[in-house]
Amino acid sequence: MMLDTLFAPLRKLGHSTINAIWKLGVMSRFLLSILTHSGQSLLRFQLTIREVYFAGVLSLIIIVVSGLFVGMVLGLQGYNTLSRFGSADALGALVALSLLRELGPVLAALLFASRSGSAMTAEIGLMKATEQLEAMSVMAVDPVARVVAPRFWAGVISMPILAALFNVMGIFGGYLVGVVMIGLDEGTFWSQMQNNVDLHFDVVNGLIKSLFFGIAVTLIAVFEGFDATPTAAGVSSATTRTVVTSALVILALDFVLTAFMF
Amino acid sequence: MKRSIIDLWVGIFVAIGLASVTFLALKVANLTPQSDSNSYTLIAEFDNIGGLKVKAPVKSSGVVVGRVSNIELDTKRYVARATLTLNGQYHFSRDTSAEILTAGLLGEQYVGLVQGGDEENLKPGDRVQLTSSALVLEQLIGKFMTSFAEGNNKAAADAARAETAP
Repeated sequence: MMLDTLFAPLRKLGHSTINAIWKLGVMSRFLLSILTHSGQSLLRFQLTIREVYFAGVLSLIIIVVSGLFVGMVLGLQGYNTLSRFGSADALGALVALSLLRELGPVLAALLFASRSGSAMTAEIGLMKATEQLEAMSVMAVDPVARVVAPRFWAGVISMPILAALFNVMGIFGGYLVGVVMIGLDEGTFWSQMQNNVDLHFDVVNGLIKSLFFGIAVTLIAVFEGFDATPTAAGVSSATTRTVVTSALVILALDFVLTAFMF
Repeated sequence: MKRSIIDLWVGIFVAIGLASVTFLALKVANLTPQSDSNSYTLIAEFDNIGGLKVKAPVKSSGVVVGRVSNIELDTKRYVARATLTLNGQYHFSRDTSAEILTAGLLGEQYVGLVQGGDEENLKPGDRVQLTSSALVLEQLIGKFMTSFAEGNNKAAADAARAETAP
């Protein structure tokens, strides 16, 4: 009895560790089954296009507005810091490099996870709660092929596009603050940027990053939805888990990818 | 929602994505269509390259004509060997000289090429014969200090001689 209460926290720790590893395994098998069941979503591409509309097109406004503001804040803060060292001319390079290498992919992925990832989880979870997924299985329609795979591919397609758009809007925001508001020289702004940004190392690697984020976020979203306890509370907690897990995974993955790429 | 409207919006979405990537490549990264076949390399050896880095520009009369593609130490003679990748449309004579210069007071270092008078041009893989090293600030100050001290001594000696001689 005494030992039981003593070991209880340890047992809890062990249980949650095993649970986490078990979930990772289930998730990788889920990814595998998505990949083997994607034939339909790629052949009947209309299914995927519909999901690109809901995941990508409807995220355009939040991406454009946040990109613009992030770029403008970078312009203000960067100008403040750089002008202390007398190198305010490098503002264009600072804005472009921080956006392309880091902020664009990461912030776009965080926004995408909270805007579209949560929506995917809620939708699939509700389908499960209202037994639509079972109904599909009964009609010999595989729910992974019909519901999950199109959403997965839509997320993977949308994410790099949204990240690229975020970068462009951010650079435009930095331009607005640096050139239009503060009054730096326009030519210097662009030429500093062009001299310091490399197509392969900065632009392409940033987009590869966002592709990985797209895979991770969408996989977590569809998995949590598919895995949700089929009740109202279960769907709600699955949605929360999607946002929290995605955010953590994005940041951790960002560190790993950055260490490998740059 | 009607299928054609969804198609239209997704089309717009993808077009925006392509336009963004094109913008990033052309306007931000300044991708110039320069293929590898249209460039050639030269070797330049320096006693001291200072702060020269790979990808530093190679300029002639201030115009960027190429990049430093590789820097290594020649362990036989202990000189730094820089490989310069030059744009194929620019050719330089065989007695061209290369020097390491600094853009501005504290700016980045680059390789400056000065055209010579020889009628034959350097061929791909050739070595630039005339090179001058980077100016290292400490050595420069050291030289200045010694010459300054020598100058002082000389001036003092002159003054002493002037006093003793009536």
